[in-house]
Amino acid sequence: MEYVGWDEVTTGTLIESFSKPTDNVAFIRPEERAYSDMNSYKASVASWRFIKPVYNRDICIDCQFCWIFCPDTSIISRDKKMIGIDYEHCKGCGVCVEVCPTNPKSLLMFDENKANEEALTEWPEKKRKDK
Amino acid sequence: MAEKIALQEVEVWDGNMAAAQAFRQAQIDVVAAYPITPSTPVVQNYAKFLADGFVDGEFVMVESEHSAMSACLSAGAAGGRVATATSSQGFALMVEVLYQASGMRVPVVLHTVNRALAAPLNVNGDHSDMYLGRDAGWINLCSFNPQEAYDLTLMAFRIAEDFDVRLPVMVHQDGFISSHTAQNVKPIQDDEAYNFIGEYKEVDPMLDFSKPVTYGAQTEEDWHFEHKAKQHKALMDSISVIEKTFEEFEKLTGRKYNEVERYLMDDAEIAIVALGTTVESSLLAATQLREEGIKAGVVAPRVLRPFPYNALKDALKDVKAVGCLDRSAPGGALGMLYNEVAAAMYTSDSKPVISNYIYGLGGRDMTIAIIKDIFKELKANADAGKLTTPLQQFSGLRGPKLAFF
Repeated sequence: MEYVGWDEVTTGTLIESFSKPTDNVAFIRPEERAYSDMNSYKASVASWRFIKPVYNRDICIDCQFCWIFCPDTSIISRDKKMIGIDYEHCKGCGVCVEVCPTNPKSLLMFDENKANEEALTEWPEKKRKDK
Repeated sequence: MAEKIALQEVEVWDGNMAAAQAFRQAQIDVVAAYPITPSTPVVQNYAKFLADGFVDGEFVMVESEHSAMSACLSAGAAGGRVATATSSQGFALMVEVLYQASGMRVPVVLHTVNRALAAPLNVNGDHSDMYLGRDAGWINLCSFNPQEAYDLTLMAFRIAEDFDVRLPVMVHQDGFISSHTAQNVKPIQDDEAYNFIGEYKEVDPMLDFSKPVTYGAQTEEDWHFEHKAKQHKALMDSISVIEKTFEEFEKLTGRKYNEVERYLMDDAEIAIVALGTTVESSLLAATQLREEGIKAGVVAPRVLRPFPYNALKDALKDVKAVGCLDRSAPGGALGMLYNEVAAAMYTSDSKPVISNYIYGLGGRDMTIAIIKDIFKELKANADAGKLTTPLQQFSGLRGPKLAFF
């Protein structure tokens, strides 16, 4: 955001969510909403993260657990189908991995600097249950 | 619709009832309160008005004064007219949220019935709570009797909610001496009062779902200063709206209010600057002294914040000696009124001798005799053209004379 003088800042440090009146926002996809420049949607917090979740489509059962539990709405899901991770807003907390019920997990934490393609080649095998 | 009350031309109300009636006439949307002596009857009376059908609004009982002010702030941000009342320890607990309300520019009205702060615990009137909150960024209006408590509370809503202000407003009255003393009060009728205040005008309400807003943002060193500067400018500029509101109120009622009140000041040689009920006591003392040929007068800031430096300079321009009476333990400094008045007069062409008196802590009676003694010391200062006493003295205190500087 551009730095402005005291005479141009908002009254009461108010933050407007949208740059124009927006009705029925629940039915507009985030990427299509008219977010204002002050909205945290426009701010990247990717640099806060040192480990990241990587998503494996081949194992995922689209249960939506990760989508529900993510505290920063950084799991992208469309029509109940898991698509991936919003790496601009994910802070790497790992809750999505924790709640993932598949075997092996469909989400795993990797070093932030590891490429996702490489991470996918290191995916673990299905664990056998010990009787 | 709320039912109305046909008021007598003259009602016998104590200061708390006067404030409660002003609250009722304002038809507040949300009052959240945690009652505390001596302000309890303000919200108690208001709750009864509401229960009896004389108010369309919500009364929220909360678990502390911090919650009371938080609920008022939140309901104000949501888009409603809000007010509450408190005193002393309750005021102290509200302080964190007082700064939030002014910073978020939510026009809360807080009726403060002034009381001493513990320790030692004390339920009686002094100005410790008023002084505690004076830098919180609120407009502070000071009343000296129940009539003024009523009038200023009505005006507080109109000032706070003005589009050019949008700042919270405190109205002060002295605990017990004003809040519990029944006096003749001339109210205005419900419709007149409501029309004077006007319908509540929403600004960026959180309940406008097509225009969602966030209140309570965090700003650090790169933004905070600009926001606080803008807030201070709004507080400084609010004086023009306050003056305009005083004028409109005079047209409606004939009662004239000024940012600085002057009593017997036309030819005064010495003056007391005071707040609260001591203003009227000082006026009585000055009137008596005039029979002895001492030209005494009284000056009282009606608006404590924004502090009326220029009006005060003008009010004191012809006096030779000024006594600033502070009813709050000064905490290792000179009293607040001394500091403000001295700063104002230091930038003035006239340089009266200014001294400071600490008095009346914890409701200690401020008698006419004590005030006359102060006036006589001021007269000696005026005649000598310099201080003839210590700069800061404690008046009405038992034990050896206590004075500093």
